[in-house]
Amino acid sequence: MSFFGFGQNAELELVLSDAESRRRAEHKTEEGKKEKYFLFYDGETVSGRVILTLKHPNKRLEHKGIKVEFIGQIELYYDRGNHHEFVSLVKDLARPGEFTQSQTFDFEFTHVEKPYESYTGQNVKLRYFLRATVSRRLNDVVKEMDIVVHTLSTYPELNSSIKMEVGIEDCLHIEFEYNKSKYHLKDVIVGKIYFLLVRIKIKHMEIDIIKRETTGTGPNVYHENDTIAKYEIMDGAPVRGESIPIRLFLAGYELTPTMRDINKKFSVRYYLNLVLIDEEERRYFKQQEVVLLRKGDIVRKSMSHQAAIASQLFEGTSSHAEARTPSQPAENNGRQ
Amino acid sequence: MAETIADTRRLITKPQNLNDAYGPPSNFLEIDVANPQTVGVGRGRFTTYEIRVKTNLPIFKLKESTVRRRYSDFEWLRSELERESKVVVPPLPGKAFFRQLPFRGDDGIFDESFIEERKQGLEQFINKVAGHPLAQNERCLHMFLQDEVIDKSYTPSKIRHA
Repeated sequence: MSFFGFGQNAELELVLSDAESRRRAEHKTEEGKKEKYFLFYDGETVSGRVILTLKHPNKRLEHKGIKVEFIGQIELYYDRGNHHEFVSLVKDLARPGEFTQSQTFDFEFTHVEKPYESYTGQNVKLRYFLRATVSRRLNDVVKEMDIVVHTLSTYPELNSSIKMEVGIEDCLHIEFEYNKSKYHLKDVIVGKIYFLLVRIKIKHMEIDIIKRETTGTGPNVYHENDTIAKYEIMDGAPVRGESIPIRLFLAGYELTPTMRDINKKFSVRYYLNLVLIDEEERRYFKQQEVVLLRKGDIVRKSMSHQAAIASQLFEGTSSHAEARTPSQPAENNGRQ
Repeated sequence: MAETIADTRRLITKPQNLNDAYGPPSNFLEIDVANPQTVGVGRGRFTTYEIRVKTNLPIFKLKESTVRRRYSDFEWLRSELERESKVVVPPLPGKAFFRQLPFRGDDGIFDESFIEERKQGLEQFINKVAGHPLAQNERCLHMFLQDEVIDKSYTPSKIRHA
């Protein structure tokens, strides 16, 4: 960030080399606003240029070096001072010296590993960004540019249904079933609730999607639960033998993929909560974890970086002269 | 890149037995608090209420029963349940201390409209409590609803379904 005071002579700008063709994705900021950022996948090259503009071309700009960094870091809100950087790459652009006119510096971070998905949550944030710095004696000139990273998963080979019998002895017995245990973000949860015994007066039944963000380790673990969705599936009193269908479209809700123990710092997990409410407002519930995955537009058999690049090339125009990996056939998403 | 449509067909279900579909439900439980009667004379007077239970829940020994109970019996039941079970017991209608003081313009706790209000509050209370699966396991609830006399020196215990 440039500081006010003596009037900064230098201005920095970061521009990606594929800014025209690269897709942008929406991502929520910490304040809750939705903004669009350039979208990257694991293994993709991050390249562009740093433009240094002198506001007063007559004055020289003395500096102690210019560099550009690519950083992936985890920020815990209760511990803002300590950023945990899990990716940190640097390219020096200029040795200490002085400038008398504006200049442009090209940079390229080749095949950068981006192991985790960008995430902005209630107590933790994981972000990737480029940072250009002009080091000076008193204060540096800094410019940051955030990008968004998505992690893609292949269609899981084993995706069994969830089927369970639960209840309160002699009062309420139900059997619930969800068609899969792993869903992608635009998937549909298809299921059913079968009533085996109903000796209480049920008024209605709903299914909730709960997101649990876990931060901290050991004795300092903190869970933040957030009910993302409440969806009524039954209104009225059921009797023995009735089957209530469930059809819940996930695309309508703000969901992220399941994130397990990211860099040993935080987790984001999702649960389906089946809630029955009786006439006296008593609540009976059963929580079940479901795994959420982000499905790629094109199936990759492996997550090698060449395959990731190939999918990017397949979608848009590109001037890369690298060898292309043959594209994979589109997956058939029918029921198993 | 063809967009594949997700399969949203219902899961296979067992057809429902028609007896289950059209027969009486297994959750029938109705408790009426009715017929308030004031017994005794002078300062020893008190009001009793008729508690009528009609149910088909197997945990209740009698499918139909009628007993008479007074307000302090309800207080006893509430304190037993609070102590013995994990149930959050709803509140009773008010104790009406002010109505028990002398020199009132009306009939105090024997005032007709007060008894009517109290009767409705007791009915709400007992229905809420008796429908709670955990409260149904308590001996004190069954004694309150279906035993002729409440034995206040009983040993608290849990009922196992017959």
